[in-house]
Amino acid sequence: MRTKGLVLAVASAAVIAASLFATPASADITLPSLVYRTGAYAPNGVPFANGVRDTIALINAKGGINGVKIKLIECETGYKTDVGVECYEKLKNEGERGAVVFNPLSTGITYQLIEKTWVDKVPVHSMGYGRTAAADGRVFKWTFNFPTTYWSQASAVVKYIGQEEGGMDKLKGKKIAHVFHNSPYGKEANPTLETLAQKYGYELILLPVDHPGQEQKATWLQVRRAKPDWVFMSGWGVMNQVAIKEAAAIRYPMDHFIGNWWSSTESDVVPAGDAAIGYKGATFHGAGANWPMHDEILKTVYGGDRAKAGENNFGEALYNRGIVNMVYTTEAMRTAMAKFGNKNLNGEEMQWGLENLDLTAARLKELGLEDFTKPVKVTCEDHETMGPVRIQQWDGKKWVFVSDWISPMRDVVRPQIEEDAAAYAKEKGITPRKCDGSD
Amino acid sequence: MDFLYSITIAPFLDIGSDLIFFAEVLIGGLSAGVMYSLVALGFVLIYKASGVFNFAQGVLALFAALTLVGIMEWGVPIPLAMALTMVVMIALAFAVERLMLRPLVNQEQIILFMATIGLAYFLEGLGDTLWGSNVKKLDVGIPDVPFEAGGMLLQTFELFAAATAGVLVAALAVFFHYTRIGRALRAVADDHQAALSVGIPLKTIWVIVWSTAGLVALVAGIMWGAKSGVQFSLSLIALKALPVLILGGFTSVPGAILGGLIIGVGEKVGEVYWGPPLGGAIENWFAYVVALVFLVFRPQGLFGEKIIERV
Amino acid sequence: MLYRDTGQFKTSYASDQAVFPILQDRIGVIAVLLFAFLVVPLIADDYWFQAVLIPFLVYALAALGLNILTGYAGQVSLGTGGFMAVGAYSAYKMMTAFPDLHIVFVFISAGLFAAAVGLVFGLPSLRIKGFYLAVATLAAQFFLIWLFNRVGWFYNYNPSGTIDAPTREFLGFLITGNQATPAARYLTALAMLVVFCLITKNLVRGRIGRSWMAIRDMDIAAEIIGIRPLSTKLTAFAISSFVCGIAGAELFLLHLGSVETLAFDINLSFLVLFMVIIGGLGSILGSILGAAFMVLMPILLTNLFVGVLGMQAVTAKHLEFMVLGALIILFLVVEPNGLARLWQILKEKLRLWPFPY
Repeated sequence: MRTKGLVLAVASAAVIAASLFATPASADITLPSLVYRTGAYAPNGVPFANGVRDTIALINAKGGINGVKIKLIECETGYKTDVGVECYEKLKNEGERGAVVFNPLSTGITYQLIEKTWVDKVPVHSMGYGRTAAADGRVFKWTFNFPTTYWSQASAVVKYIGQEEGGMDKLKGKKIAHVFHNSPYGKEANPTLETLAQKYGYELILLPVDHPGQEQKATWLQVRRAKPDWVFMSGWGVMNQVAIKEAAAIRYPMDHFIGNWWSSTESDVVPAGDAAIGYKGATFHGAGANWPMHDEILKTVYGGDRAKAGENNFGEALYNRGIVNMVYTTEAMRTAMAKFGNKNLNGEEMQWGLENLDLTAARLKELGLEDFTKPVKVTCEDHETMGPVRIQQWDGKKWVFVSDWISPMRDVVRPQIEEDAAAYAKEKGITPRKCDGSD
Repeated sequence: MDFLYSITIAPFLDIGSDLIFFAEVLIGGLSAGVMYSLVALGFVLIYKASGVFNFAQGVLALFAALTLVGIMEWGVPIPLAMALTMVVMIALAFAVERLMLRPLVNQEQIILFMATIGLAYFLEGLGDTLWGSNVKKLDVGIPDVPFEAGGMLLQTFELFAAATAGVLVAALAVFFHYTRIGRALRAVADDHQAALSVGIPLKTIWVIVWSTAGLVALVAGIMWGAKSGVQFSLSLIALKALPVLILGGFTSVPGAILGGLIIGVGEKVGEVYWGPPLGGAIENWFAYVVALVFLVFRPQGLFGEKIIERV
Repeated sequence: MLYRDTGQFKTSYASDQAVFPILQDRIGVIAVLLFAFLVVPLIADDYWFQAVLIPFLVYALAALGLNILTGYAGQVSLGTGGFMAVGAYSAYKMMTAFPDLHIVFVFISAGLFAAAVGLVFGLPSLRIKGFYLAVATLAAQFFLIWLFNRVGWFYNYNPSGTIDAPTREFLGFLITGNQATPAARYLTALAMLVVFCLITKNLVRGRIGRSWMAIRDMDIAAEIIGIRPLSTKLTAFAISSFVCGIAGAELFLLHLGSVETLAFDINLSFLVLFMVIIGGLGSILGSILGAAFMVLMPILLTNLFVGVLGMQAVTAKHLEFMVLGALIILFLVVEPNGLARLWQILKEKLRLWPFPY
């Protein structure tokens, strides 16, 4: 007994001592990557993390950004908020000048970090997730959520449904069901859908599904009874695969079933097999590995080994989203360097870079991503840019586009954003910036 | 007032207005219930024979399904892959007995419960390390097509699941009642010390019980995995089995089945008819409320052994 | 040799009943407290505060609360996360509805609301026992989380459903909100933990604590010697929920700063229960050691695997799960009564060391 205890004590002491060593500082830009390759949501986290990793590997192999290399540090969050905060605290001062920007990759973690950005002055970029109101850059100086948000997405999806029905006026009397993950993330689209229901006269049916959503019989029985014309889904993780299976089981027409961009990935449709054919999803970037940048990654990172790249989710929807995210990040670094010089950046400089990011179509073409995603121009007022959304459809093997780029309804969404941001500013006692260069 | 009406009278009018749909809800509830029972069975087996509340049962199902898919990916035919998976599960049962149960013999229940949580952690890590964490499609050839009968939409998969559960329970019942080992198992469940004193080897019994629970976990893993793909979330199905357990009783195999069906039906009917006025997604806690109502009248569950307390 | 109580005579009832009867213990505790209050705020950095110390203190308080119920009164509960959520959300409501309310009353009211809810969900314990009760308390867990997610009033109808900590000060120092320094939040959590440890210690060695333990050890026998199961079990639920509610308010106000219901999900209930069991049932020190183990061990393992051994973050996480699981089993095999019991054994050995016979 006693020796065992002693061994334990010694072992723990060794662990404690060993973990206190700090990593030495370097002149590279520190880019933290909060990932979740473990836990219930790993199937979504892994492709994204691989996309991020490979893009940075490619950029570094090509000499970094204006000669400055990027040091990507992965921190495993398991999609858990408290672990995400631990990662943030560990990495924010990492390297010579600290972390430049955090991509929290979780709405829960984003909310935590938004509060901390005010003090630590490190920007947060929640690309297409997180707090929608952060689109108002006057209030949320340190938070960015371009190219688009859940609210913009919901409005674009309604627009798409209108197009399919043959005009927005045809929406009157139609039924649209929203099947959503019963969490702040899933509920996010509800206010927009409700506003639009009033405006266009469709009937909105709200069907929450509790975490994790492995059993959705009741939800789909309700769908079967209500017979909505369209079903929009804000799902996450296992909920998506089960929903697609259950929708097929009640013979719901798959081409009237649209997932948001976290519900339309390979891991959502592949396990459902043939049942998923025809299922649609919203996205803001291209699908597949058919762009010149993909070729470069294949050549540089994988040495042309397509099988190995395939194992690393090469070209999957979320892998591509990782690429988009890193393109925004690195282009913002380039923007910041144009002002502050070609050196290692800090959070404040990166904030300027993100806020003045102007990713043009020409630049996208240069990067080998022509029409992969739409150009983005961030401003001090607008941290979202309300980028357009595209609808893709699963044909059993790959995603194919079935719509053109659809712009969100700015006139509906923006006032809601400003209202929510103003409420936040009031609660927190923040004076919104004027955005005329004086602040 | 409107709200009161919407939760007291309206649901019943709703049920009456469309009886065919109500029947469909009932069937949906039953088929969900069967799936819950499959998970609950594993808990019951282990609790009966060793008094361990095995929190790792959900993870066992995940681990079994992961192993099965992993072996199938090597190109092994399905029956052989299942057999190999069973071998792995039996090996696991030996390891659990030797490394966990034996050193912890005679400890309090809550300590053993904690140890199974440790086991759950370990298996989660091991499963992920061995087989990776992406969603895997599991196709063992169960037909899955909707068909219509009497105006109701049914699914072959659900009938298959119900049949499997039926066969499994029947097999377990025969095993418990008519085999030597089965009788020994029941003896151990009744009284550890008395069983030991008449020469029943406790260690062997534990290995057998954990292997059987492994088999049940494999079946549950296949059924749930076919629905959602094999992924980490499978381990969370344990939570679905808990209300079934308290309703049916921790020690009763028929209780697990009947409890599963009651919970399944109660939760679906609750969600479909009472969910909308209450805001939806009520089924998780509704299942516990259903179970609690039963518990108030029978504190040891429907079929649980009567607790006799003496000072 | 140093740790020996020979010659320390108790000459009064007061000294015989002291919380720390042995002089060396008193010195040790005072030294630890002085270190925690005076030295730690000077040497710890943001990472230590935010990722290690504050969560540790908050979870230790939650574990203390659950230990009252599970360790002392013998009622296993898996509803801790729900009761903590009650604390957090009622703190938020109190702070936004009454902006002038002093922070101390905010915490107390958070505890009171949680106690009231705990009382209601404790009612089934009169009929249901053991694991049946444990699973029944999950009803509280799921229902409460659903309620806070569903009813917009609890989060003031903001579209995101997340609550943010308003700014409050205590004795002129900001202790909540995003402008509060980590050190201030740490000291607040520490002070509260110390206060509640003292209160609990005095509760459990008094009449009420003894009746809890009687109920735990055998409820029928306890009933026969005149302890009322109704009031005893319900006070355990109420007081335990009170402490858990305050821990929930701390988790929201001092640690995370902004929470959604997900932060209080079932995993939190399990985590706190692990802490209590690993630390030691029915031991105040155990709650603290258990929290330290469950908070520190994953962080240490990650830092060891990634920082020192240079592993990939993902492999490290998988390995961490396996090692943590194995460690839990190992600890239980070595000492089923928890870390607190190990500590006690160590102390007893020390008293005799170096001449054990």
